[in-house]
Amino acid sequence: MAPLSFDLQLLNGCAALLLLLSFSMLSQRRIVNLVNLLALQGALLCAATLLVAVRTGQGHLYLSAVLTLALKVVGLPLLLHRLIRRLNVYWDAEPVINASGTMLIGLLIVVFAFGLAQPISALASTATRSTLGIAIAVILLAFLTMITRRKAMSQVVAFLSMENGLFFGAMSATYGMPMVVELGVALDVLVAMLVLGVFFFQIREQFDSLDLHHLESLKETE
Amino acid sequence: MTAVEVSFSYLDACLGVLVAWGAIGVAGLIRPRSVEFAGRTLFPLGAVCGVMLTVVAIASIAAPTERAVLPVGLPDLPFHIRRDALSAVFLALLGGASAGISVFSAGYFRKGEGALPGLLCLEYHVFLAAMGLVLIADDAYAFMVAWETMALASYFLVTTQHRIAEIRSAGFLYLLIAHVGAIGILLSFGVMQGGSWQFTFDAMRSAHIAPEWASAAFCLALFGFGAKAGLVPLHVWLPEAHPAAPSPVSALMSGVMLKTAVYGLLRVSFDLLHGVQWWWGLLALAFGLGSAFYGVIFAAVQTDMKRLLAWSSIENLGIVFTGIGLTLVFQGCDMSALAALALIATLYHALNHAFMKSVLFLGTGSVLHATGQRNLGRLGGLIHRMPWVTWLTLVGVLAIAGLPPLNGFVSEWLLLQAFLFAGEVPQAFVNMLLPVGAAVVALCTALAGYVMVKFFGVIFLGQPREASLAGAHDAGVMERIGLLWLAGACIALGLLPVQVVHLLGSVVQELLHVGPGDWGVDGWLLAPPAARHASYGPLALFAVTVAVVVLGAVGVRVWFGRRARRGPAWDCGFVRLDSRMQDTAEGFGQPIRHMFEPFFSMQRELPTPFDALPRYRVTVGDRIWGLVYAPLGAVVRGTAEFAARLQQGRIATYLLYSFVTLVVLLALVL
Repeated sequence: MAPLSFDLQLLNGCAALLLLLSFSMLSQRRIVNLVNLLALQGALLCAATLLVAVRTGQGHLYLSAVLTLALKVVGLPLLLHRLIRRLNVYWDAEPVINASGTMLIGLLIVVFAFGLAQPISALASTATRSTLGIAIAVILLAFLTMITRRKAMSQVVAFLSMENGLFFGAMSATYGMPMVVELGVALDVLVAMLVLGVFFFQIREQFDSLDLHHLESLKETE
Repeated sequence: MTAVEVSFSYLDACLGVLVAWGAIGVAGLIRPRSVEFAGRTLFPLGAVCGVMLTVVAIASIAAPTERAVLPVGLPDLPFHIRRDALSAVFLALLGGASAGISVFSAGYFRKGEGALPGLLCLEYHVFLAAMGLVLIADDAYAFMVAWETMALASYFLVTTQHRIAEIRSAGFLYLLIAHVGAIGILLSFGVMQGGSWQFTFDAMRSAHIAPEWASAAFCLALFGFGAKAGLVPLHVWLPEAHPAAPSPVSALMSGVMLKTAVYGLLRVSFDLLHGVQWWWGLLALAFGLGSAFYGVIFAAVQTDMKRLLAWSSIENLGIVFTGIGLTLVFQGCDMSALAALALIATLYHALNHAFMKSVLFLGTGSVLHATGQRNLGRLGGLIHRMPWVTWLTLVGVLAIAGLPPLNGFVSEWLLLQAFLFAGEVPQAFVNMLLPVGAAVVALCTALAGYVMVKFFGVIFLGQPREASLAGAHDAGVMERIGLLWLAGACIALGLLPVQVVHLLGSVVQELLHVGPGDWGVDGWLLAPPAARHASYGPLALFAVTVAVVVLGAVGVRVWFGRRARRGPAWDCGFVRLDSRMQDTAEGFGQPIRHMFEPFFSMQRELPTPFDALPRYRVTVGDRIWGLVYAPLGAVVRGTAEFAARLQQGRIATYLLYSFVTLVVLLALVL
């Protein structure tokens, strides 16, 4: 097997760090830290995008790197921090499944994701195809984070992290989505964030808490 | 038949009327709040359209079939339409009955009763146009679209006063059963296309399907159309929906809409399917007789006048379906002449019921407006207050009770004539059973007479049971014209049976491919199937009846005129007779309730000897509700509650559902 070139090794390093960050998000209970981890994930994503842009010389990837930087590293984390201060939620409640159990399930998911990615990356022609498994793992881990959290705030952070995973997956499989789609997704995420921000206030207004188990009483049957 | 140059096609004219109805309906939205605009302008216009449709349809009964393709519908799936003799007869029924009902409606709808008049006008005329389209549709797609439009329009008409919870639930029940029935019809069409995947009726006519599949199609059609016609046990919506709807709507639904089910079943069993099997007839006969009997005994014990009429509709549709069953039995045994007799009786009764039931429902509407009462226990003695309504309703009552020389007698007599030949059916088992059917029909006819005596007697005769009835007023001019039109049709159908049978002969020719023969003797004497068996001359009978009555009246006046004086009714020496001593609706129905007790689920409240104000109360319920619908509803509810376990209320669980779905799908791809 031929030795990988330096930039590809760097890229693989970024991917590994992204996966590590996903795991730390899975176990992190302080919401402020969760947001910081999200920002860090965004920064890594930005770096990875730049690396791919330099390697392939695709102009639009520079633009999406800038977009990632502006939105995921600066914009959304700032917005989230402000929400945290105003809503005064710093800690999530005890997760549904305890941390070590969640980690074990996460491991299984990573194995599953790599198995899943194998046939796909065999088909892909990009140099970055080896990181596809990590991208899928990031998506599924973020999903798992959403399932195990109780506070609406941490679920939203996990949701944004899932979006990061999708972005990374698109980049490793096909060098990124078309620019129009990327812009659209970025706008969607921003709008979703704003809408959810409004929801947070509404939920807190109704239940004096952001804990979602209060919403369980809203079902129709007893 | 020689080719005749026709300058306009009858089909175009029919279509023109339907479009005009649609336009009138939409015009109602111009000034939705104006009762004057809808009532004085639009409804009479709709009635004019109805008269035109009748004229065109009657003129076209004997004309050759016409078809056309409309430029509406889905791409590659246009509406096919077709007018033949069967359509024409039912179009005449639709036009004739709706003309009277529309004129009546023009005077009936008042301000502030439920929905806006403009909306009502829209729903009403869309309902009419949809029924017309059902009758001329020539592919399953157009038929189902029209059928569902008809159901929806009538649902909105039933729930005009939607602020009342009972009316909403009645409407829901109606809509539910209408849709269950529509599924049956849709499946039946699906079977009949026979693998060709062409849904035009022409394709179904030429499709070759195996006898067992034809039987399946027939059973599905019987179920679907039976639900619309109110065959027991699918009848539960009728006694709920009719009292809920405004009276002209009840008249239209009972008089005309139920007949579209008859049309549909005739179309399917004699036109679209071939190779009729005699046991289909037995099935239809059983359901028809059951409905007739069940309907009439329940009608006898009702205390709400519109509910009584609704049960009576179940009875009459039962008789019509009995006729269809008999036709199928004869046709399945290759006895075409007798099948023709039974089919004519069927069509005749369908026509009759449209007019006589409309008269009765509209009569109850006038009574309801005049008194605000639907409960028979609070009516009585209206003959002096409402002479017009009383006498015109009397025509309908006599007709539906099957008394000559009115129309009800003709069709029931024809049906019994058909039954009398049942002994010639080659199936030994069947020709033993059929006389029992004849006996049931005779019993139902007699009981229908009993029901109508109760209906008319309790409402119009005797003394008023409430003081408020003294203020009752007679119907307005428009309402009188509407009632006159319909009562006149009852009389005409009764006095001119030979001409009517001659017209219906074209349908028989078309569906059964035999001519009914010439039953008219000298044009005035009806003699089916041959004069040596039996004959009936209504005009002679009418003339003799009138002569006897007139001579009797004149004679009494001449001989006893000087001694005649008007005095109080004989009170058997008991001087304090009051209205509470009259027979009540409950009392009148009591013998029936007693005789047929196993059919009713009754709850009695009997007073104790120590009650200061003793009250006797009995409520009569339908056992079928408890036997069929309640368990069915419980099963549905149970299933729904089981499915509701999916709804945990926890977002984490819902996310888990998505996650598991995603992982499973990904694993499947892998």
